[in-house]
This record gives sequence, C-alpha cells and structure tokens, in this order.
Amino acid sequence: MTTLDLPTTTQRLTGWGRTAATTAQVLSTPDVETIARAVAAVAGHNADSPSHLRRGILARGLGRSYGDVAQNAGGIVVDMTPLNTIHAIDAATATVDVDAGVSLDQLIRAALPHGLWVPVLPGTRQVTVGGAIGADVHGKNHHSAGSFGNHVASLELLVADGRVLHLTPEGSVDDPDASLFWATVGGVGLTGIVLRATLRMTRTETAYFVADGITTRSLDETIAVHSDGSEANYDYSSAWFDAISAPPKLGRAALSRGNLARLDQLPPKLAADPLAFGAKPFFELPDVFPNGLANKLSFSALGALWYAKSGAYTGKVQSLTGFYHPLDLFGEWNRAYGSRGFLQYQFVVPPAAVAEFKRIIADIQASGHYSFLNVFKLFGEGNRAPLSYPMPGWNVCVDFPIKAGLEEFLTGLDARVLEFGGRLYTAKDSRTTAATFHAMYPAIDSWIATRRRVDPHQVFASDLARRLELL
Amino acid sequence: MIDATGNPQTILLLGGTSDIGLAIVREYLAKQTLRVIVAARPSPRRDEATAGLRSIGATVDVLDFDATAFDSHPGVIDAAWAIADVDLAIVAFGLLGDAEQAWQDHAAAVALAQVNYTGGVSVGVLLGQRMKEQGYGQIIALSSVAGEIVRRSNFVYGSTKAGFDGFYRLLGEALEPFGPKVLVVRPGQVRTKMLDGVKEGPGAIAPEVLARTVVDAARDGRTLIWAPAFFRPMMWVLKHLPAPIFRRLPI
Repeated sequence: MTTLDLPTTTQRLTGWGRTAATTAQVLSTPDVETIARAVAAVAGHNADSPSHLRRGILARGLGRSYGDVAQNAGGIVVDMTPLNTIHAIDAATATVDVDAGVSLDQLIRAALPHGLWVPVLPGTRQVTVGGAIGADVHGKNHHSAGSFGNHVASLELLVADGRVLHLTPEGSVDDPDASLFWATVGGVGLTGIVLRATLRMTRTETAYFVADGITTRSLDETIAVHSDGSEANYDYSSAWFDAISAPPKLGRAALSRGNLARLDQLPPKLAADPLAFGAKPFFELPDVFPNGLANKLSFSALGALWYAKSGAYTGKVQSLTGFYHPLDLFGEWNRAYGSRGFLQYQFVVPPAAVAEFKRIIADIQASGHYSFLNVFKLFGEGNRAPLSYPMPGWNVCVDFPIKAGLEEFLTGLDARVLEFGGRLYTAKDSRTTAATFHAMYPAIDSWIATRRRVDPHQVFASDLARRLELL
Repeated sequence: MIDATGNPQTILLLGGTSDIGLAIVREYLAKQTLRVIVAARPSPRRDEATAGLRSIGATVDVLDFDATAFDSHPGVIDAAWAIADVDLAIVAFGLLGDAEQAWQDHAAAVALAQVNYTGGVSVGVLLGQRMKEQGYGQIIALSSVAGEIVRRSNFVYGSTKAGFDGFYRLLGEALEPFGPKVLVVRPGQVRTKMLDGVKEGPGAIAPEVLARTVVDAARDGRTLIWAPAFFRPMMWVLKHLPAPIFRRLPI
C-alpha cells in the first residue's frame, strides 16, 4: 500500500486561543490500522517523500489546549475524535475501557448511569481522554485527587516503530520501569499516539455537588481562606478572582467549594433521578466579535456582576455545569475575543512564595492588560510524570486579549515565575521560550531521554515541540 | 516557530547589509533572543552587520548571497533551511541607482531590473515553496511607494518596485491557503545609506521608526502597509488625478 492514499485534507489549525495558525495534513479516521499506516509512512520517509511525511506526525483531540501543542506545521495531524468507542464500563471494579478519542463529556454521560464519575475534570468537558493524558489535566479536585494521569490504570501507545505498547503506572513487560508511561502522561503527544486507555473512575451516588460559596474582600483574605485548613473539608475547590480592580479589591475572590452529593443530600425532586445528567446542549457564539470588545470596561462590568452573583451560600445543591463548567453553556466562547485571539497565562508557584505571588498579582493588575476569566486554586502534590504541570502551590490562570506590549509583560512574568520556583503549563502556553520552559521543569532531561529512546528519529513532532525544543 | 504574540525564532535576512532589514531584525531582537541568518555578499559591511547583531544577543549564521546570481539562489535557500526552519524571511536587498542615468544607460537599467525585480521573484518563489511545505512562515517584502505609482522622476526604479510589489502581494494570496503570510511594505523615503545624497522629501523617516511599524504589522498578520501611514490616502488621491494634472506635479 502506498503512503499517498492516506485520506488527509489540508487544514489550518490553531489552539483554543486562535493564535499562531499553521497548516497541516489532517487525517481523520476511526481506523487504527490507517493511523498506524500514517505513522509508518512518516517513520519510513526519505528525501523523495512528499514534504508532509518529512515533518512528523501528531495526535490531536478536541483542540481545547490554548497554544500550539496540538499543531504540527507542514506535517500530519491525526484527528483522534472519530476513534471514540467506549469499550467497557465496569461498575464492579469502577473502571472504564475507552478509545483515546472519547470525550470526557461523552464518558461522563455514559458512566453516570453506572454510578461512576470521571475522576478528574478540567475546566471543560470537551477534551478527549488522549488529550487529558497528554496534558495530564487537572481539575478543581487536584488537592484531593491529583491529576488525570493518577487515574489511568493502563494505556495502549502506538510508538514510532509501529508497535502498540501496553503501559501501566507500575511498569509492564513493554515498559518495565514505567518510564514511558510517565513520559506519556503530560508528554504532549510526543512519545506516540495513545489509542486506548483504562481509567479508574470515582463512585458516586448522584450527579450533583453540595457546594459552599464564600466571597473574600482582598487578596490577603483569599490567601488566608486557602491556608486555614478548610480546604481539607472539600474534595473540590477553586475560585474566580478579580484581577482588574485596584487594591484593596484586587484579588477578592468568589470561592466555590464542594463535594459530590450523596443521595440523602438531594431534595426529593432530584433524588427521584439522582444520576440524571442535565447539562444543556451548547449554543455557539457567532464569529462576529470585534477585536477590542474584551476590554477593561466590559471586563470590569462582568467581573462586578460575577462577584455579586456568586455571593456566600452553604450546602447548595448544584449540577456539574453550575458548580464546575459555567463556560460550557457557550460553545466557541473563544470567539468573544475577536479575530486577533487571546492567550491564557497559567502559572503555579510554590506555597512558600506567598509574598512573591502577591507581587505578581499586583503587577498583572497594574499592567494595563485586563483579564476576566481568572482562576485561582491551591494545588496538592504532583505526580511522577516529568512534564506534568501540577505541583504544590498557588495556581493562577488569567486570559489576556492579544495587544501591543503583552509579550514584553509576559516575558517579564516568566522570569519571575521561574525565579520563584514556579512553572507554566503546556496546555496553555503559546509564547514562552525553550530556555525558560526547560529551566521550569527540572526533570526535563530524563523526559527527553525517554522520548529519544522510543522515538529516535523524531517521527512525532509538534509546533510546541519545535518552539520549546522538546524533540 | 512563530509564537502567539508573533515572535519568530529564526529570521532569514536576504540583503544582510540593508539598513531597513537590520533595523527590523533589531526591533525583534529587542523583545527576545533570535537566530538570524544573514545572507549577503562578503564585505566589511556584512562583517559589521553580523558583529552588531551578535553584540545584541542574536545567534548569527552567515550565507553568501548575490541577488543577481540567480542560479545560486536555490542553494542559498536550502542552506538557510538546513540551519533551521525559517519562520520569517525579510527580502531587503535592492538598488536605487541614479534615476536620470537609469533610463538612458542600458547597463544601469538592466542591473536595477535584475536586482530589484528578477532577484526578488527568484528568492520569492523559493521562499514560497519552502514555507508552503512548512505549513507556516512569514515574508516581509520591502517594496516602495515608488512602485505603487510609477512617476517620471524615478521610473526605472519605480517600475522594478511595481513588479516586485505585485509579485509579493499575489504570492501572499497564493500562499494563504497553505499557511504562510506575506507582508508588503511600501515606505516613502527612509534615511538609509541608499539615500545618502538624495534630497529629503516629505514624510522621510528613520529606519528604526519604519522597523517598529513593520514589526507591529507583521505581528498583526497584515498583508500591506504604507509608512508613514499618510501615504496610503495620498497615493489614492494621486492615482485618481487626471493624467494631465498628475504629469505637471513636481513629484
């Protein structure tokens, strides 16, 4: 069979931030054999091969990462979303066996009737299992449950030489020291293509949360609430915070914390069908927003509204969308930033660096770059994956519309995050430098060594890998 | 790669001693570290330019490049890509010549046409193919307002820039479905060594000022700009003047 009959189409791809578009040959197929054939075609390329076979191959999920992590300019990008069969849901062992292209939205809808809950949900359910592993995503329960990779019982990885390896967190015949498993968790698709995975699920009696809300009046109060031990009462916790108002309001937050509801906590009306998943279908924002609409004025107004609406409450029963995914009500909400797009800046600094952390927040407020969707969360322990982002500390995520001066400002922030022992996140980053990124991940050399062992000829490649020198 | 804020990692400067080209590279370098591939004929000026870039933090590679040695161009472009994926190429070489000599002196006219037009097309086709295969990339093509409306006062130069301008604008359109972008820049007078001894007209600007405008436009993904910006409406007006009036203008 020739390589030329791969059913690819030329597509311009970006991340969710809609910046730094590049064009690739996209292969969209539910057929694992075809994916393997594409990998073999890239691995077997020579100087006479078509150019796209000489620029690597990469799996892409639902494209919710913000930057260039799921792009491969000039090469092949495998759209994994057609590979989306849920093979088994086992309520007895609380495990599921799923294809990598299954989305967490699809999985949660299928698993809930069995009393099973997806153990780690990021800020959107519109991500694939493969993407969740590749970015080692975290959620509002990081302090109690760790990141997504902690819940992967095993995975099947198609590697550069064409084999499909069976990997587990403890090691397997194919991967005795488990180094490849942990290089794949958080490995941004550069060790191979995750085809299928078995996940350990969380048991639940209901599809609801019992939530407590608190509002704080200042950054100091926000930090205090996260430090007083009350976090231990909740499996889930995160906060929206104000990054626009000048001090003392700067850093005031609306905390939302809770636990999965037990059946006896539901009001009778919901208890009748406790595992019903009521998430409404999307409505999409049209692509008509001008650049600059997302500005200080609109953000201040929205921020004040959000803060006022959140308020304080105790024991409130909330659906997943209400408690966790308010933005999932809007499909394509990234369009609100206009054609120039936006970028998300997420960083974590160690818990001890409180004073430095406060200075960073003050600098963001004073920068003239306005961010509305600001998330604040105190992370728990990280895992063994060398490129996994979460580590204990203050995790903050802010969104900036692209405008003049942003890159200098963020380059300055990078230096300080690094100096304070912090790091940036591959699923969000779209502009840091290779030198900065490498310095932020102390175990990066071992990750690169593992990658080069399993893919010595750079069959797998991405724009992010080229930018951050991960090949 | 080019990052989300429009910063490239590797710039290829064709016409490595061009004041404007070097000013654009310096403007990028002010924000970040960069690899710069300087392509120019060997000369003390090239040495000076590369030393200058290194002194402000660039990693510099040097390639021998002669704008009219057309047969050597594929090798030069291959050599550039052998160093690194070229994110941004600046087509900055060009000759001004003496306007009155140029239309009356065969050799002078041919030299202008070959450097400014044929040389531009020669590297443009090669850059376009490489960037098309690469799936992204940006070309900054330094045209001139003299190419938008060719005037009596420097029509040989103007005609070469008219051809250059048209080629690069449409190269940008042709490449658009494949990812790469082309920015055509139409400056008026820029205070460079090319204009040493030429009388300064209205709107003359320093290379650094032009560079800032160009880099902002490139970050924004623009395809055509005038510098200073007032040339755009001015050229529009000039284009719509009746020919008998236009001919009498002292321009």
